Amino acid sequence: MNLESLYREHWRSVLATTVRLTGDFDLSEEGVQDAFVAALEQWPRDGTPGNPYAWLVSTARHRVLDQLRRRTRILQKQVEIDRLAELETPEVDLSETAMVDDQLRLIFTCCHPALAVEAQVALTLRTVCGLTTEEIARCFLTPVATMAQRLVRVKRKIRDAGLPFAMPPRDRLAERLDGVMLVVYLVFTEGYAATSGQLWIRRQLCEEAIRLGRLLCELMPRHPELRALVALMLLHDSRRVARMGPGEEIVTLEAQDRTLWDQRRIAEGVPLLDTALREGANGEYALQAAIAALHARAARAEDTDWAQIARLYDALLQKRPSPVVELNRAAAIAMAEGSARGLALLDALEAKGDLAGYHLLPAAKADLLRREGRWREAAEAYRHAIALVTNDPERRFLTRRLEEVDAKGNG
Amino acid sequence: MEYLLLIYDNEADFAKMTEAEHAAMHADFGSFTQGIQKSGNFRAGKQLQPVATATTVRVREGKKVTTDGPFAETREQLGGFYLIEAKNLDEALAIAENCPGARLGSIEVRPVVPAPSN
Repeated sequence: MNLESLYREHWRSVLATTVRLTGDFDLSEEGVQDAFVAALEQWPRDGTPGNPYAWLVSTARHRVLDQLRRRTRILQKQVEIDRLAELETPEVDLSETAMVDDQLRLIFTCCHPALAVEAQVALTLRTVCGLTTEEIARCFLTPVATMAQRLVRVKRKIRDAGLPFAMPPRDRLAERLDGVMLVVYLVFTEGYAATSGQLWIRRQLCEEAIRLGRLLCELMPRHPELRALVALMLLHDSRRVARMGPGEEIVTLEAQDRTLWDQRRIAEGVPLLDTALREGANGEYALQAAIAALHARAARAEDTDWAQIARLYDALLQKRPSPVVELNRAAAIAMAEGSARGLALLDALEAKGDLAGYHLLPAAKADLLRREGRWREAAEAYRHAIALVTNDPERRFLTRRLEEVDAKGNG
Repeated sequence: MEYLLLIYDNEADFAKMTEAEHAAMHADFGSFTQGIQKSGNFRAGKQLQPVATATTVRVREGKKVTTDGPFAETREQLGGFYLIEAKNLDEALAIAENCPGARLGSIEVRPVVPAPSN
């Protein structure tokens, strides 16, 4: 037995229930940690208990109550004494249903809109996924001390501002679930965006996000948009290996070796999306997943149904207007109807100024100019994009393209 | 738990309102106050005079320094407050959301430190 597999299996549910039973996030985290250490000592000697979850919860709960008792003795506050008496009732619900509810409560509390989004992400990774503070800090390229402080601050707010450890009321559920899905997707995109060399950490984030999405699907089976989100992540993730070239440069979808696509991910993602769509998912994740599925279905780049993709971007733009979606839509229309039309759309987008400073705008323009054989203009646009790009794999890709069009233009 | 709802708005916008708009706003605040009195959430609530009437006092090395005006110049100014009792932050936020001040300006929701008992 090792701590890691024990953690993996039980951390979230044990922590979630302990928080419910004690009402204290911070002490629960410590108590659960202690319970795992105790398990590691005792189980190999005395045998694994019949219900490990119940054993861990009751051990953690006792540790927390001990802490609270100690604190109460020092403070002598009537409120705390009353609360403690309330917590010490022997009847605790450790049923399967309660366990599921606790996990949902934990997720919804971590993703509470009163917390800053980056704090939601960090807290979710810490408490729901069980990542250590060091791991989270590494994922976000933040010093450990900064991340530790962020986590302390957010837990303090949960306690002192009186955030409820509860599911949102029915009339707020949809809106709150949107917030939860955003956190899951942010974890995924953080892992997917190749901004540094530490690829294995990033892979871990993608895995965590997918795992979290799957858990939510299990806990909330009547929300098809969740299934669409998982499908989207699986479909993107299927291309993880193919999108990075041997020199750690980004490989465009068009140039990717499609035999490198993870067919297991696709075989899971496509039917999952179909189910979600059949059940009425029509939000932004469903639309993005539908686009990703069209790419996944094309055996060769030239088989891609760009007209359909452009229509999906239209729908996405209606649902969530954003200049980045407009940019993607323009690129899809260029592929469906020709570069000239795409360039006109990009010029219009540039004139609006919403994407000033965003490297993908000149990069998209450069690509269309390159397709048109307008080498010098393409080179100029690539130079512009390179001046704006911030991550290395994309810079390497753009630089290679610049060299190509420069050679053509001078040749 | 107790929460203080600090109502911030732009006094300049306020000054531009017509008499009818003022009356409507007062009526809105009136019915909001009544609502939270009836539900048992209300503890206190007042509207403040504009920041032009504010005086700031500091005592430094035993010496009182009085300055005309608010503590800090801000884009939106503190215009009033409610002290409420709520079960948790969610309930406090739901009450803040229904306060007319949320539509006109912004409401900062601050938990109150519980008084030491005994």
